[in-house]
Amino acid sequence: MQNECKCNCNTADDPRYVELKAYIDSVKGNEGIAMSVLQEAQTIFGYLPLEVQKFISQNIDVPLAELYGVSTFYSQFTLTPRGKHHIGICLGTACYVRGAQKLVDKFVAELKIAVGETTEDGLFTLDATRCLGCCGLAPVIMIDEDVYGKLDDVDAIPGILDKYRG
Amino acid sequence: MEKVNVTINGIAVSVPSDYTVLLAAREAGIDIPTLCYLKDINEIAACRVCVVEADINGVPMRNLPASCVLQVQEGMNVRTNTAQVRKAVKSNVELILANHNRECLVCKRNGSCELQKLCDELGLTEVSYEGKMRKAVVDDLSHSIVRDSSKCILCGRCVSVCRDGQGIGVLDFTHRGFNTEVAPAFDFSMRDVDCIFCGQCINACPVAALKEKSNIDDVWAAIEDPDKIVVVQTAPAVRASLGEEFGFPVGTPVTGKMVAALKRIGFDKVFDTNFSADLTIMEEGTELLNRVTTGGKLPMITSCSPGWIRFCEMKYPDFLDNLSTCKSPQQMFGAIVKSYYAEKFNIDPKKIVSVSVMPCTSKKTEAKRPEMQVDGLADVDIALTTRELGDMIKQARINFPALADEECDSILGEYTGAGVIFGATGGVMEAALRTVADILTGQDLKDIEYNVCRGIEGVKEATLTLPIGGVPTEINIAIAHGTANAAKVLDAVRAGEKNYHFIEVMACPGGCVHGGGQSHVSAKARLDVNPKVNRANALYSEDERQTLRKSHDNPEVKALYADFLKEPNGHLSHKLLHTHYHKRDVYCQD
Repeated sequence: MQNECKCNCNTADDPRYVELKAYIDSVKGNEGIAMSVLQEAQTIFGYLPLEVQKFISQNIDVPLAELYGVSTFYSQFTLTPRGKHHIGICLGTACYVRGAQKLVDKFVAELKIAVGETTEDGLFTLDATRCLGCCGLAPVIMIDEDVYGKLDDVDAIPGILDKYRG
Repeated sequence: MEKVNVTINGIAVSVPSDYTVLLAAREAGIDIPTLCYLKDINEIAACRVCVVEADINGVPMRNLPASCVLQVQEGMNVRTNTAQVRKAVKSNVELILANHNRECLVCKRNGSCELQKLCDELGLTEVSYEGKMRKAVVDDLSHSIVRDSSKCILCGRCVSVCRDGQGIGVLDFTHRGFNTEVAPAFDFSMRDVDCIFCGQCINACPVAALKEKSNIDDVWAAIEDPDKIVVVQTAPAVRASLGEEFGFPVGTPVTGKMVAALKRIGFDKVFDTNFSADLTIMEEGTELLNRVTTGGKLPMITSCSPGWIRFCEMKYPDFLDNLSTCKSPQQMFGAIVKSYYAEKFNIDPKKIVSVSVMPCTSKKTEAKRPEMQVDGLADVDIALTTRELGDMIKQARINFPALADEECDSILGEYTGAGVIFGATGGVMEAALRTVADILTGQDLKDIEYNVCRGIEGVKEATLTLPIGGVPTEINIAIAHGTANAAKVLDAVRAGEKNYHFIEVMACPGGCVHGGGQSHVSAKARLDVNPKVNRANALYSEDERQTLRKSHDNPEVKALYADFLKEPNGHLSHKLLHTHYHKRDVYCQD
């Protein structure tokens, strides 16, 4: 087993780590800061890889396993990089009975990725979500902050995707 | 403490107001089943096996509260044996079983499994729920600990004991829902994280989700091999726990039976790590005196506990020069067997298989450290735990309780009371003080019981006045057991708040007597006995029975120096008995 780390985790000069450290310093001393620090890191880096969680663990003195536990429990965190645009297909009951699975199949075919994955060009991440809270629009999807309701026609999907490719 | 009156199953009891219903029920002579509960370590109401019906002054409580976290209140009326409670407990256990690898007959914990026992007590005859099972992840990459997620019942005892008890936090609940797994971060093996292999998680585990990596078959193979000379050493703490494997009360000393059993198993020579504990004191005591008189690095910190060494290498690398350079007694013993002993009896050291029996799982990893060999030969070839020795004795079908006491072989079997107490927190310090005080005063001091070193308080401190160079000098000592306590002491030293000369650290709470390789004591049994205290008492009583109680009085150790090593900390000692340490990074991806 190796005794010295060979991984490239020199964080001193990376402005993202500087920003994260500044945030940590601003909340340090408060109780239960792990969650908010992870949220901040998720915003800064877009995901929470090993290096980032190691950095947090060392700086807030919370075991890495605990941070990993939190970051794999909540769906707001991701351990892999996300695409520029986030597609969420509602798989709540109402959308599901109105044919949301067909939407999933179409997106999977169009983007050539599985649910939870990101396209190779880093443009789209595809997710199936819980109820988005607007069942009257079923079946509904969201791309970033845009809502597309009553999406009965799967053939409309390529056109929608093109709007984000420009 | 203010008392409150509660009624449990119609029995009125008056208990301190901070009691839980679980503890109050015990006062009333009522046994509530538990599974995730481990007193003072894990009280998190996860398993829902200790649920009860309760009302307060006639107002029923919602649902069935878990008694392990339900604080007593005046006027509380609890029922533990109703149809509703029995049904709920049974269903909850069945749900656990539905996702549990039920290969009990071929399981390491067959007979000592707390889940198995609970099922027996509840009279379960079937599992009504069948379905998908958790994905089995078996991590056996380390030399010490095997994790098998298919057995895990998500009780969280290991999580609590590692994070809160030891202050490390190797394991935690990861992912969620059906996919929940107690595991290290990012799917790392326990080999590659900040695990010190203390095995406290194994002691806490009610099932076989965590167990030691077994080396029993390696030992049987060596014994079978006619070309090998198989020698065994047993650590001080083993004799205080081994009897528990055969039904003796916790902390029954069984030294003589243990020696007899080892001989019957077929070891060619049966020796005692107590011998090398005495040797350690000669080396470490001399090192301390040298450091104090020549302005060496202080505080000096003991180095017997490999879990502690790993902890220091990973978390406090700035203290590596403070560690005594002495190898642990296990390693010293192995080095002497393959040099002095081999030479004296004209044996080719390559033919010697050096086996140790330890209360410890970290010793398995220590034995594999590249530093722990001399001229290409490992000091210790195979390290077993107390539990594994118990298994071997059972496999050999030896009637352990009926064995007559036998004595260790010469010339590495003689030991003093100072060597015996090495197994308890404070024992190494006390043994060292017995020798150092004699050397410094030039007397054979009679007052040798250092009570400041004894007991299970997390950190023990004292200031002693010893004549150094003829001048009475104050020596500050500290003793920490459990790595969380060690961290407190080191933080205080680092901050300049404390100024010690000598610190003893043992990685396990209570010291080696409560090591991760010792016999399992169930959560239920731990409500009545404290293994740390009972087993330490076993060692202190054996110390009292010894005629020789100071390491430097050990005649075989004296002969070793006269015939071979010449002097403590001499050239040969440094080659065989001393080592070095290095900073250790963890969570590294290739």
